[in-house]
Amino acid sequence: MTTLARHRELGLTDSEYELIVDKLGREANEVELAVFSLMWSEHCGYKHSRRLLRTLPTEGGRLVLGPGENAGAVDVGGGMAAAFKVESHNHPSAVEPFQGAATGVGGILRDVFAIGARPVAILDSLRFGEPSSPRSRYLLEHAVAGIGHYGNSIGVATVGGEIYFEGPYEQNCLVNAMCVGLIETRKLIRSAAAGVGNVVVLFGARTGRDGIGGASVLASAELGDEDAAKRPTVQIGDPFEESKLLECSLELLDRGLLVALQDLGAAGLTSSSAEMAAKGGVGIDLDVRRVPLREADMEPFEIMISESQERMLCVVEPDRVDDVLAVCGKWEVNATAVGEVTGSGRLRVFDGGALVGDLPVTALVDECPAYDLEPLEPSRPLYPAPSPTISSDLAADDTLLSLLASANLASRRWAFEQYDCVVGSRTVRRPEQADAAVLKLEHGGAIAVSIDGNGRRVAVDPYRGAVEAVLECSANLACVGAEPLGLTNCLNFGNPEKPHIAWQLTRAIAGLGDACRALGVPVVGGNVSLYNEGGEGPIYPTPVVGMVGELPDPARAGRLGFSVEGDAVALITASWAPSEVGSELAKLRGDALEGALPAAELGSLKALHAAVRQGVRSGVLRSAHDVAEGGVAVALAECCIAGGLGAHVDLAGLPLFAEGPGAFLVSAPHAAMSAFGAAARVIGEVGGTALAVRGELDVPVHELARVHADGLADLLH
Amino acid sequence: MKFGVVQFPGSCDERDALLAARLVGDAELLWHADPDLKGVDAVIIPGGFSYGDYLRVGAIARFSPVMVEVDRFARHGGLVLGICNGFQVLCEAGLLSGALLPNTSLRFVCRQVDVEVVNASIPWTAGVERGDVLSIPAKHTTGRYWAPDPVLDELEANGQVVVRYAPGHNFNGSARDIAGVCNAAGNVMGLMPHPEHAVDVLTGSVDGLRLIGSPA
Repeated sequence: MTTLARHRELGLTDSEYELIVDKLGREANEVELAVFSLMWSEHCGYKHSRRLLRTLPTEGGRLVLGPGENAGAVDVGGGMAAAFKVESHNHPSAVEPFQGAATGVGGILRDVFAIGARPVAILDSLRFGEPSSPRSRYLLEHAVAGIGHYGNSIGVATVGGEIYFEGPYEQNCLVNAMCVGLIETRKLIRSAAAGVGNVVVLFGARTGRDGIGGASVLASAELGDEDAAKRPTVQIGDPFEESKLLECSLELLDRGLLVALQDLGAAGLTSSSAEMAAKGGVGIDLDVRRVPLREADMEPFEIMISESQERMLCVVEPDRVDDVLAVCGKWEVNATAVGEVTGSGRLRVFDGGALVGDLPVTALVDECPAYDLEPLEPSRPLYPAPSPTISSDLAADDTLLSLLASANLASRRWAFEQYDCVVGSRTVRRPEQADAAVLKLEHGGAIAVSIDGNGRRVAVDPYRGAVEAVLECSANLACVGAEPLGLTNCLNFGNPEKPHIAWQLTRAIAGLGDACRALGVPVVGGNVSLYNEGGEGPIYPTPVVGMVGELPDPARAGRLGFSVEGDAVALITASWAPSEVGSELAKLRGDALEGALPAAELGSLKALHAAVRQGVRSGVLRSAHDVAEGGVAVALAECCIAGGLGAHVDLAGLPLFAEGPGAFLVSAPHAAMSAFGAAARVIGEVGGTALAVRGELDVPVHELARVHADGLADLLH
Repeated sequence: MKFGVVQFPGSCDERDALLAARLVGDAELLWHADPDLKGVDAVIIPGGFSYGDYLRVGAIARFSPVMVEVDRFARHGGLVLGICNGFQVLCEAGLLSGALLPNTSLRFVCRQVDVEVVNASIPWTAGVERGDVLSIPAKHTTGRYWAPDPVLDELEANGQVVVRYAPGHNFNGSARDIAGVCNAAGNVMGLMPHPEHAVDVLTGSVDGLRLIGSPA
């Protein structure tokens, strides 16, 4: 095979290869080509998204560590920081869902403990095709099992998440995992290599052929019919190895033995060593002959790009190497000195005595080409209308029951019961107790976490849909009394080289940026997953947003369910103009994905979130729930189900099922509602055994609860 | 009262057990590779996936150096509590009768369950009454208690069934709704639900503290 054909096979364009030859001053050999193809892949190099991502706000407030490190971090008080990040593992999960999802969790855990934080929470955001499809059910069952397998086994609580089912995810499911960790702020460690002569130690699992080419072959190209043949590019996870690696890493850091630490993720030893060197402005020499292998006959390039899981790379002062190896020995973790820090500014790869690759670090990490997109707004909807599942003349009570039993709104109990949500002794609000998960901290406060993103609404309107994702996440935090401190995002889109996808991506990032700036929430890091397309076209554009917030008193963390008979039920709103465009009702009716989503007045919504947050924190509000998918009627039903209490309300002509940002459904003693002034509109009272909306519907709570509880399990069998 | 909490590679709930024990006494970790119980008054073997549990749950952990001492301690009347994986380890070690099989659903299930106290006369149940119902989380894939019928009959006759799942709460398919058992002497107890995760009203329940605090 000619070199020319080889670089194309590895995903590099002819002009990119010419640039590489220019940087090297000669043709690249096999090792160098493999390294460049990964470092300059979309997954590692952000070729098509870097310029857009730079427009996101990354400063402000309580930021401790912004984008560029393994995870971001915000100050949560008491000298502590919360480290967090969300990452995708979409293509591996589409090819092999159990291992794909499991290693997605493993990878995001390593990102968090690579900066020294102990992981305390996992959230996951999943997208599949309609559950009527056997493939979707297979992917769901195995992805959920894989997430549980890894998170449960390593002893980190999975406290929240979301699942949506939509046709465009049929071939290309999405598996995004977010991890939150805690660390004393003064103990944060960076990944920048430093100190010429310091030793580079690889520790953790042995290196095998699993996951070779994952970043370039799987993560940076569209899925096709031959995906079964790509199974060998999916990594295999071992949570037991990672559990030891986690404890070992934290002990090494606690004892002050490391100069720098970095996990091995996409592109393995290649990207971890190149990024450590680039951040430190140094060079690194590696000897692949010293890397402990699973298979003896691996080629140098294979060792450099293997994505075998559960490995870390650290920089150690020479006189501390023995101590490092002793700690690793205690945890039964392999550790080997594989190289050293140099002043050369080059990543040099040796195979024993032979130099087999010699690469300029800045070219690898900082000089990956960045491309401008060529966005073009489509003149008509890109996606077919969903198939109708209800008739448009259904009565209101039957419509409500259909929505509660539908794939997107039914209880997620089937999934979240497969996750340990209590390990760590922090979980104050578990799934379905509140709109966000709440975890208590040692110093008496608490953090709240949520992950959100509705791709169908972004498909209708990428800008407003992305704004809504940020608002939804902030609203969920408000409902437990938490103020957002930082945001992480995972941008799941189709092929950005196609103009309509480029338009979606451009508009969505503009929306994310505007919403974050308006709410004053910095983006601390994230991940981009492009080329999410199967044979039938692109996925819905799916920006997934994860937030960490804080609340002063976990004893006052908000709840979702109605709790006291006779309490007033009120809607607290601002800039609320709900419509049925892009709603769950529109989906069940099979409406086309067109029309305008309601505009959001970001300033008034920020104030609204603050008012609800304050109402929860002060203890005035006995329940708070964001009005989201399914509109006011579904929100009412969810509050009744969670509390096991009915309610009778008069909506006086407000639409039952319309959606749009800017409304909370709350309950509190009648006298307390005056605190919210004109923003609060009392619509009724908690009580009885049925949800009764005057002139519209009257359904027993046990009936609502039954269809909601059984909905997902019924669809899966 | 000083508790020792065993830490195997792959343990998950050892820090939780340590926190819980420290609410009622002193507590420290016992490293799996050290055959030394550090003079503790009671041993807790916590939940998790010791050594990855890749062979059979608890099957490798029972051979660890610390278990030699736990075995000696237990056979001399020392107080031992095995929770979840710890229960599995104690069954593998032969300190408790029966075995834990995969849940009938074959899935991991995490759920707050009610368990009813059947025997309140052993050291680990001194703080509760017979008939008390405790709300405690359970979370496992391999928690279906099983033993041959004659063994179950004998356990029941001897009062060695300590806690049972309340009606409707036996999600794993355990024989005779058994959630926890003790040895004949009553000093060694194992149960699948996690009392160390029910020690704080903020996280849902304090009923577990009544068990952990019983010997203190």
